[in-house]
Amino acid sequence: MTTTQDIHAPRFLSGDEFSIPTFRLLRQDGTLHEGAEAPALTRDQALKIYRAMVATRVMDERMMAAQRQGRLSFYMQCTGEEAAVIGAAAALDDADMIMSQYREQGALVYRGFSYDEFMNQLFGNELDYGKGRQMPIHYGSRKLHYMTISSPLATQIPQATGYAYGQKLAGDGHCTIVFFGEGAASEGDFHAALNMAAVHEVPVIFFCRNNGYAISTPSIEQFAADGVAPRAFGYRMHVIRVDGNDVLAVLAATREARRIAVEQNKPVLIEAMTYRLAAHSSSDDPSGYRSKKEEEAWREKDPIQRLQHWLMGQGWWNEEEEKALQESLRREVLETMKRAEKRPPPPLDSLVTDVYADVTPTLQRQLDRLKTHIRRYPDAYPKGARSLDPGVQAQGANVDAERDPVNRGGE
Amino acid sequence: MPNMNMLQAINNALDIAMAEDEKVICFGEDVGFFGGVFRATSHLQEKYGKSRCFNTPLVEQGIIGFANGLAAQGSVPVAEIQFADYIFPAFDQIVNETAKFRYRSGDLFNVGGLTVRAPYGGGISGGLYHSQSPEAYFAHTPGIKIVVPRNPYQAKGLLLAAIRDPDPVLFFEPKRLYRASTGEVPEEDYQLPIGEAEVTREGTDVTVLGWGAQMEVIERAVELAEKEGISCEVVDLRSILPWDEDSVVESVLKTGRLVITHEAPLTGGFAGEVAATVQERCFLYLEAPIARVTGLDTPFPLTLEKEYLPDHLKIFEAIKASAAF
Repeated sequence: MTTTQDIHAPRFLSGDEFSIPTFRLLRQDGTLHEGAEAPALTRDQALKIYRAMVATRVMDERMMAAQRQGRLSFYMQCTGEEAAVIGAAAALDDADMIMSQYREQGALVYRGFSYDEFMNQLFGNELDYGKGRQMPIHYGSRKLHYMTISSPLATQIPQATGYAYGQKLAGDGHCTIVFFGEGAASEGDFHAALNMAAVHEVPVIFFCRNNGYAISTPSIEQFAADGVAPRAFGYRMHVIRVDGNDVLAVLAATREARRIAVEQNKPVLIEAMTYRLAAHSSSDDPSGYRSKKEEEAWREKDPIQRLQHWLMGQGWWNEEEEKALQESLRREVLETMKRAEKRPPPPLDSLVTDVYADVTPTLQRQLDRLKTHIRRYPDAYPKGARSLDPGVQAQGANVDAERDPVNRGGE
Repeated sequence: MPNMNMLQAINNALDIAMAEDEKVICFGEDVGFFGGVFRATSHLQEKYGKSRCFNTPLVEQGIIGFANGLAAQGSVPVAEIQFADYIFPAFDQIVNETAKFRYRSGDLFNVGGLTVRAPYGGGISGGLYHSQSPEAYFAHTPGIKIVVPRNPYQAKGLLLAAIRDPDPVLFFEPKRLYRASTGEVPEEDYQLPIGEAEVTREGTDVTVLGWGAQMEVIERAVELAEKEGISCEVVDLRSILPWDEDSVVESVLKTGRLVITHEAPLTGGFAGEVAATVQERCFLYLEAPIARVTGLDTPFPLTLEKEYLPDHLKIFEAIKASAAF
């Protein structure tokens, strides 16, 4: 529907007439901005958020080091963006669907994905829910309503619109949140997703982590507009820009977004302004495209420090507890990493399962031929050779518990 | 048994599927009130409401992205792409997402409920962009199934099977036959098997293989060949992926000769895949080189469409050459 007001001389409009404010509650020193009010939050809730942020940071630092040691093929850190991701997850119902891009492991930590589960995926061992098929960091969990990550950027955005449309028809009061970077927002899928969500009145929250960089490309070379937020006007969608390093603001904004999505069946766009403190991935070195000075300036805005200051101000946290938490997390990361590293790879048969619901005759023939070949050269294929004979299957009850009970996508 | 054309049969299949399962949802460009540009979804919105049969914005990548998410949620989307020529903006969603959803998640999630319907093929003066047969592009993608019906009876039974299949299915409908092909179609619910070819005529000298709209063309060619005393066995592949190697091989072992035909260009066409497999499994039984009768390696033409298409005369010549080799 187009609303028209006639004019009789040409007058061009420009986006510069809009100015989008940034919602902030917390100063870096842990005090609230003047006139700001912290969202309703119990001590337990606040500490759950904080612990998830620290657990994410500790895991990220240790696993990047493990990648540098050659123990892991690849890694991606959430460092600097923990408040954005975990603040958003904390605003949701635990049964709301989360569709991530790839840098949102904090949301999984918050929902209770264990270090063991992370490590099994990172090492692609027999307990990995994804059966060792995807590169490290492509997590997924059915029980935690966290859609398995795929590498192509932005494909998850229209999928979130579709998923949320199904939730709306089911009438179960749930919504979907979908994360993406400001770079991925340039993909066609982003436009398709937001437009369809607005047209079909879908309960979905589009959460943009504007962290300044798409690998090496700064956001100023990604779009000419004032960030991603103004695009919401084009879709006639609610939008808010929030300080992504301010977990209280992210929490408050996402809670309100969820209310709009679920109660009014309307999509919402959130643009969280943050900074990717680490490299894009273990394969990237940011020193070639941005200054130490810039990084330092953002390190001063560390989201974990900010929340810690607030918690201490509330009397909910102290140095001793901090020390104990850090130590126990570091120990757990090491232990779980060692366990996961030692576990064998998924069985050879898993090469051909799950392509279709049932293994096709053609695929079975290909597997049989492969086995004959591996029997001839077992030393050349040690991973496959160890599970040539049927009966060598992945152990572990938690794997089965995650499996889809029926073929058709859900219960 | 009522007589239906292919559109009526497809409409009837959708009607049955939507009546049976409220999770079945039909959408696409102009699919809602209008019933689709070909009317395959006529009256479905009226019957099942706007939330289950609706128009989408004009964005194929969005339609399939949306459909993937909806299927992952547990719904059973039947998405229409208005012409198979316009499926390419959705190529990424189909190839990288639909096809890999189950595998990459270790079966935690899947989009098995998804069916994508798209009219394909030439013979309607559609030129470059309303005539293409893109099945071979998708046949290179493990994880999806590809089905092409040849007549109204097949269309209804295969579409119902596709909708209920535990894997995502691309359902390519021969639009030249939408109204041209009519036949008896049972009113009740029935399914035809996906992944199984069908021998539509038994013979002893030459196997002639095709799918979709080519089956009618093959039939005309075979009638000419039979008059010349060549006995043809006709096989409708029906499913391009997974394809029924065993039935094709069984027929070629009997006849020793194979002619394959499709509208799509020769190079990289699916006939090449069939030929490679058949020579591997029937090498010592072959009496003649496997022949491919296809479109030319050009974009689909307009004015010279008749010259481009693998018509009954070209197939007839290939059958004769094979028999005389």
